[in-house]
Amino acid sequence: MGDFLQSLVNTIDPYLMQILVNVGIAVILALGLNVIVGLTGQLSLGHAAFMSIGAFTSAMITIKSGMPFSLNLIATGVVTAVVAAIIGFPILRLTGDYLAICTLGFAEIVKVFFLNFEPTNKALGLTVPSAKTVIPMPIYVWGTAILAIILVTFVQSSRFGRALKAIREDEIAAEAMGINTTRYKIQAFALGSFMAGVGGGLYAHFLSYINPSDFGFLKSVDILSMIVLGGLGSVPGAVIGSSVLASAPEFLRFMSQYRMLVYGALLVFLMVFRPNGLLGGVNFTELLLKAIGKSKSPAPAASKKK
Amino acid sequence: MFLQQLVNGIALGSVYALIALGYTMVYGIITLINFAHGEIFMVGAFIGLLLVSYFKVNIFVAIIGAMIFCMIMGVLIELIAYRALRKSSRLSALISAIGVSIFLSSLALMVFGADAKGFPDTAFPVHQISIGDADISTLQMLIIGVAAVLMIALEFIVQKTKIGKAMRATSEDYNTSALMGINVNRVISFTFALGSALAAAGGVLVGVLFNAVSFNMGLMAGLKAFAAAVLGGIGSIPGAMLGGLLLGVSEVFGVAIGYSSYRDAIAFSILVLVLLVKPTGLLGQKITKKV
Repeated sequence: MGDFLQSLVNTIDPYLMQILVNVGIAVILALGLNVIVGLTGQLSLGHAAFMSIGAFTSAMITIKSGMPFSLNLIATGVVTAVVAAIIGFPILRLTGDYLAICTLGFAEIVKVFFLNFEPTNKALGLTVPSAKTVIPMPIYVWGTAILAIILVTFVQSSRFGRALKAIREDEIAAEAMGINTTRYKIQAFALGSFMAGVGGGLYAHFLSYINPSDFGFLKSVDILSMIVLGGLGSVPGAVIGSSVLASAPEFLRFMSQYRMLVYGALLVFLMVFRPNGLLGGVNFTELLLKAIGKSKSPAPAASKKK
Repeated sequence: MFLQQLVNGIALGSVYALIALGYTMVYGIITLINFAHGEIFMVGAFIGLLLVSYFKVNIFVAIIGAMIFCMIMGVLIELIAYRALRKSSRLSALISAIGVSIFLSSLALMVFGADAKGFPDTAFPVHQISIGDADISTLQMLIIGVAAVLMIALEFIVQKTKIGKAMRATSEDYNTSALMGINVNRVISFTFALGSALAAAGGVLVGVLFNAVSFNMGLMAGLKAFAAAVLGGIGSIPGAMLGGLLLGVSEVFGVAIGYSSYRDAIAFSILVLVLLVKPTGLLGQKITKKV
């Protein structure tokens, strides 16, 4: 089974494969942040911190024990989610920009903590042994990414997801309707961080080397740009946004010297011309139904959406 | 020892305060976290360095030159990257600001290279003056002096001039001020000019203090200054000054006690703790949200 999958992976160009894996990890991270920012409306600038907690936890589990990789990832996710819930309990009382700056501060603290943490080699970074699984990493990553897409799609339309959307639209009104806003916010935070932890674990084992400095403020910003670019609160948006931004540095490699310059300028121009994201306000279900000729809404209404 | 560290802390803190003022003024008026502000600080440092090394000007002229350059830059940034987004969601404006920040720091990387540059020794003659058991350098006195003069000037502009009155009105209520005939676009441009000028001055001072100017100096300084602004209560000008000084002093004392590798965490730990106890910052006003 493992050999067959490995030979399947080997048929794809390794460079392309690497981009694909990066995209897959980005999809998991972006979907996690999408639950916090897009669904619940709580601006977090510290998603990379949870990714780093996941990466280091997962790496340590692999080093210290022989736990199978799937169990390892679940344990990592749970640890990250518990940390997020503990952090979230006090800071989610804050709103808006105060919450954003608090998550940012927390992320910096986590980074400095790992930079000084003896068991993970401090600033030298940690070399991660290969994952204990027969399934090749690219398939693992994309399998997890697809699971994440399914999970978030279900969460969105569940009772839980509707409560989160209510909090996003108007927290006070949601509270008045009997929604326990604190509990739901912490749960959303924990769920998003669970996915960040799993993404971090995959990242650690795919790269086989992690350094605390890789999970700085710019990483959090990267993930945030992905979901804003795709359109907040939309699963296809998060997937497309993360695919575009995770592969953009590779496609811009031909102008390697200028690529960050172009990237920065692109972010500004995208926001100025499409402030709601590339796909913000586009209803994918409707587009899909229209494409197969089963549109429920009459054509004029659909075109007005543009 | 204590006095020495206190002076070091106040010197660092007054620079944080200068940068924090720009954040707090912009936030007070258009509730935007101007993430490009740290990069304006970095550009200011480079302009000061260029003026001192190639045009051999006096340090004070360099500070003024950097301030004027960054004023224009700040106004242009607002015009290009933020103005169109004023009515859309705040997150979009935030991402746009982050884009500007990435753009400016990679531009500086391309133009000036990756290694840190130092000011020539002749830029400012450093003497030590002993007061009690503390050695205060003329450099520290320059920093504290320039910061104090600029803050007093700012306080004068905001409190006593007509445009300052317009700024206060706009930050109180954007729409009503527009209805009262205040040209809000001009007020916002003016706010950006003021904030950027202060950041540029801070940049030159930090460049001389640490004798290092590099393309990535803006990120951490900007984050800490923003933390200072939030600590003092964002939107409040005295709050930014207080927050900056508080962060600078506690950071220097933290390093002195022996937590130098936790240097960057100190500022943020204080911030998180203060926000948990007093969510609006030290001098921030409580805003009651109505349904």
